[in-house]
Amino acid sequence: MRAGTFGPATQWAIEHQIQVGRYLGAADFVPVSQAHIMADTESLGAAGVEWLERWARLPEAQRRVRVPTITDPRGTDFAAAHRLKHESWMLDLERRAIAAFEALGVLMTDTCINYQTIMAPVRGEHVAYGDTGVVIYCNSVCGARSNFEGGPSALSAGLTGRTPRYGYHLDAHRRATLVVQVAATPRELNDWGALGGIVGRLAGDYWQVPALIGIDRVPGSDEMKHFGAALASYGSVALFHMVGITPEAQRLDDVIPDGDLRTHDVGENDIHAFQAAYAREIDKVDLVVFSAPQLSLVEMRQLAGLLDGRRAEIPLLAVTSPQVKPDADRMGLTARIEAAGGTVLSGMCFYQSYAREMAEANGWKRLATNSAKLTNIIGGYGYRPALLSMEACVAAACAGGRIGA
Amino acid sequence: MSRIFYAAAGMGAKVQAPALVAKDGFSARYDLDRIRGVFSRPQHKLAGENYVGRVLVLDAAKGGVATAWMLYEMKARGIVPAALVLNAINPIMVQGAALADFTMISGFDQDITQAIASGALVEVDPTAERPFIRVV
Repeated sequence: MRAGTFGPATQWAIEHQIQVGRYLGAADFVPVSQAHIMADTESLGAAGVEWLERWARLPEAQRRVRVPTITDPRGTDFAAAHRLKHESWMLDLERRAIAAFEALGVLMTDTCINYQTIMAPVRGEHVAYGDTGVVIYCNSVCGARSNFEGGPSALSAGLTGRTPRYGYHLDAHRRATLVVQVAATPRELNDWGALGGIVGRLAGDYWQVPALIGIDRVPGSDEMKHFGAALASYGSVALFHMVGITPEAQRLDDVIPDGDLRTHDVGENDIHAFQAAYAREIDKVDLVVFSAPQLSLVEMRQLAGLLDGRRAEIPLLAVTSPQVKPDADRMGLTARIEAAGGTVLSGMCFYQSYAREMAEANGWKRLATNSAKLTNIIGGYGYRPALLSMEACVAAACAGGRIGA
Repeated sequence: MSRIFYAAAGMGAKVQAPALVAKDGFSARYDLDRIRGVFSRPQHKLAGENYVGRVLVLDAAKGGVATAWMLYEMKARGIVPAALVLNAINPIMVQGAALADFTMISGFDQDITQAIASGALVEVDPTAERPFIRVV
């Protein structure tokens, strides 16, 4: 590969991986079975799209990925772009990026919930996933092995079929570094996200692995999804253990190295205070967003049920994956949400879809969501977020945006 | 003679520029208005500060995977910091710096955000046998 036998794309990829691996102390490579690329055009920009197109112009034998390689959400939903006021230059950039990825043999799945919809990895399976929420869920809940692989590195893994062996590919990094005693198991998805945010702040950086004790029931996939996504977002954390629940921590001793670990207590008041800090001084919002991560079919059904017989008076966006959307259509969930004034979007994610430009074009400033991850990210795009339950978000949408009406 | 602070690892070219320092994290997606070249997340300790051409001295890499593309895109437009100096990195910063050929060093035996004053002219040399930052 280094000699260019497989062409310049693979040659670049292996050199990139060597450079990254050396920085992070990798001794060698590990074969991967799948790659997942985050590459919305708000991140890529024109320069990134041109970079991709350079590889896409190579002869077919020199440009194809060699392991199944899928994509994270794109920067728009073409079917609804006009409603979001996405501009033509954004759509053009998206089309060019998609064409380039297709030329590279990438499967355009456009989802951040591939572990719920495409192919969940198996315990011990080495993968190269992008999207921090995907990585933390697959590492922690599935027992797979991945580091955060940004777009260039995930594409490299797709092209070479391997990734540098450091971090969470190694047993030594999968042990707990802190213990969190949870006194009250969260109930709603926003509460799980809030707990993830709190633990993320406690953990502090990528190399920390929290072990949670005290969770008194087995969380469902959507609950793990919101918890993990928020933990990864607030803490840059890639792996957690829930003792007695996640596969590598049947007992605390399984993940505790020798010696004492710092221990933190988190109670119900902490979870409430975390959310109250965002909602403070916001009594009215301009829109409601369910996104980050994309909604599962079960979340879509819950949302449709909450909206039945009601009418959203402000924009209400429900963002799901291209795999869930046809099922939601077929089962009438999309129709029920849209009959109540909501908009169902597919294959994008709110913060990855030109959020700043959407705010300016639509006059959006204050936003309600049940996603702690979105709450953490969206402030940088100029929004003021409120973190509420799905039920409270729907109530706000149906009350002209007034919270707690 | 000024003190030198050695890092565990580094990449990119040697640079000299004023430092912008805070005991806070860094994510291009979460923290920056990349069009205007300022920190935009209200909770960030550098909110409102212009980062273009500055050596950012911060605590830890945060957030999602987008920075792996964004450093390249920011550099292409010239709205980019001069270098990134972090106590703790994550793989995304390394991957992004590698793609963009961007200057970054990380890993110190003390809290680097407490050792460098904001506004100080600093030299960052990842090409040295032991990568370092020093006040000029």
